[in-house]
Amino acid sequence: MSVTTRHIQAYLLLLPAFVFLVGFTHYPAVATLIDSFMSTPRAGRAAVYVGIENYQVMVEDPIFWKSLFNNLWFALATIPISIALSVAMALWVNEKIVGRQFLRMSYFLPTVLPMIAVANIWIFFYTPGYGLINQFLQLFGLPGQNWLGNPSLALGAVTVVAIWKEAGFFMIFYLAALQTMSPSYKEAAMIEGASRWYFFRRVQWPLLMPTTIFVLVNALINAFRLVDHIIVMTKGGPDNASSLLLFYLYEVGFKFWDQGLASALTVVLLFILALVGLLQFFLLDRRTHYR
Amino acid sequence: MKKWLTAVSMAAAGLCTSATALAQTEVPFYFPIAVGGPITKIIDQYASDFNKDNPSYKVVPVYAGTYQETIVKALTAHKSGKPPAAGILLSTDTFTLADEDAIVPIDNFVKTDDDRAWLKSFFPAFMLNGQFAGKTWGVPFQRSTVVMYWNKDLFKEAGLDPNKPPQNWKELVSMGQKLTKKDANGNVTQWGVQVPSSGFPYWLFQGFSTQNGAILANAEGNEVKYDDPKVIEALQFWVDLSRKYGIHPPGIVEWGTTPRDFMERKAAIIWTTTGNLTNIRSNAKFDFGVAMLPEGVRRGSPTGGGNFFIFKKASSAEQEGAFKFAKWLTQPARAAKWSIDTGYVAVSPASYETPELKKYAAEFPPALVARDQLPFAVAELSTHDNQRVTKALNDGLQAALTGKKTPEQAMKDAQAEANRLLRPYKR
Repeated sequence: MSVTTRHIQAYLLLLPAFVFLVGFTHYPAVATLIDSFMSTPRAGRAAVYVGIENYQVMVEDPIFWKSLFNNLWFALATIPISIALSVAMALWVNEKIVGRQFLRMSYFLPTVLPMIAVANIWIFFYTPGYGLINQFLQLFGLPGQNWLGNPSLALGAVTVVAIWKEAGFFMIFYLAALQTMSPSYKEAAMIEGASRWYFFRRVQWPLLMPTTIFVLVNALINAFRLVDHIIVMTKGGPDNASSLLLFYLYEVGFKFWDQGLASALTVVLLFILALVGLLQFFLLDRRTHYR
Repeated sequence: MKKWLTAVSMAAAGLCTSATALAQTEVPFYFPIAVGGPITKIIDQYASDFNKDNPSYKVVPVYAGTYQETIVKALTAHKSGKPPAAGILLSTDTFTLADEDAIVPIDNFVKTDDDRAWLKSFFPAFMLNGQFAGKTWGVPFQRSTVVMYWNKDLFKEAGLDPNKPPQNWKELVSMGQKLTKKDANGNVTQWGVQVPSSGFPYWLFQGFSTQNGAILANAEGNEVKYDDPKVIEALQFWVDLSRKYGIHPPGIVEWGTTPRDFMERKAAIIWTTTGNLTNIRSNAKFDFGVAMLPEGVRRGSPTGGGNFFIFKKASSAEQEGAFKFAKWLTQPARAAKWSIDTGYVAVSPASYETPELKKYAAEFPPALVARDQLPFAVAELSTHDNQRVTKALNDGLQAALTGKKTPEQAMKDAQAEANRLLRPYKR
């Protein structure tokens, strides 16, 4: 077989995947970029080139900035907390304890449930008066809160739901990584008299780094992608206090039907994700030991 | 045996119709579900009954999700050139649909005297949101209004007459004060009155603003009056219910849990849609009443719910089929049945004269309250660029209710935003 035929064969084998990748990923991204420089087509008025006008509108839009900063806070809270929780849970259910399978399952359960169902359950947890959380507070004589109806609490309340949903999912990856770890490390550490914390910090955590990178990338994407519960629980309210970037994008695109502005917002979202993704790969990869 | 026979005969009928399918026009019809109950089953039944009566058409009902999902699907399909023939969409989206050039006026199909009589048969309040520029763009199908539910047991406990709900704002406050209960620590365990404000607070607020004599938008849909002093005053009253009188929960009250709060006796009076009637009736473990909203300088409530629209890019045969289906669906007897099954308000006075609905109302008088309130009802807030102009008001209302802005400031900001958005339509 000549080199050319081999190449042709290789490309033919790649073709189906390539078609889907272009059709569903690359073409929409490029089309969105183009649309972001066009006006929104209305009945009888086709889209025309408007330069950076959509971006100017976006920069002057206070709700855009509000949603962006909300999203940064949301990411800053969900990512470290859900990773810390998932590592702790994984370490615990990795031990030989009674009811281990049951614990693993119950930690993983939130991941299996659809986000819409989860959000509908959490609405009742947060309900003022008889909601689970407020009933718990009342046991200690603390006053109940209107979790979703108070602008200073709403973002925190929806963040907790996201953490609850995500931690179990990440736990599975950490658990898998811990189980492939040779028990000889632990034995060696015990012989040397290392404390549990020292063993975790110097042996387990560094060995988990590849998993952490993977989880981090996923957590970051999810922080900009998880908005189902916002739609169910707060619709971005009160007064945009819990609006996230993707939620606002959906509103602009499919409620206001402003294709131009929605495209500009999408480009910003893509840009943020690409930037952080690249930073992660280049900076953290160097400090990670792959086996 | 009888069931089996019907199944066989229906299958046989199916075979026969498919044999004549060539002459049939398919009429795709999108519908949303916004209330509980076996809605899909009911709609499917309607379609198959209609198809039996009109063999030249085949209505194909497509469940399309919530109202929001349905309009997304319908408009996306319209933009790609293949919309459904008809759909049930929010009556407030009339301007949006017309601006996108997605729908045709119903008047285009009204040709006979019978058609004209049909178009006049609806409650006038329900026609308001479907008409502008001298045309009727949608006909009412599943419509509702805001009503007040009150817990008669709690009224008795508070020493009030359980059969007399508050008739005006003053009574709402004085009764609310008697109905609000606190525990030893000063935490409120039972609120006097609760009006939800999450998601779409403008709809409930229209109760207050209408009662205070204000109309939020003009009929052309290119001007709003959010900063009218009467509107600000109405908002001040809503804010005062919790801030000044302490009879209403502070902050934003969740729409979805409000019926539950009522059933859990956490709120003695609530405002919500008539669409919750069947739900509350089957789940409340106490005697409750349904009343019109209280009177300010006048009575008032917005209408709500979905209209029947016909899409422009459908073929004319499909459009004719859709028109026939709309007319068929809204016949008095059928509208009465739909109202009983779902809790929506029947769309014409004639349907309240049918034996079915008369019997139902005799057994359960609260079912008539929404109809009796209709003479006081106004159009639901709807403008060009509707969802955005409405969001400006929603954000302002929530800012005032959570104390971030004064009612005056909140409404002035909302007005400025709405003016900016509506400028292109003011010509």
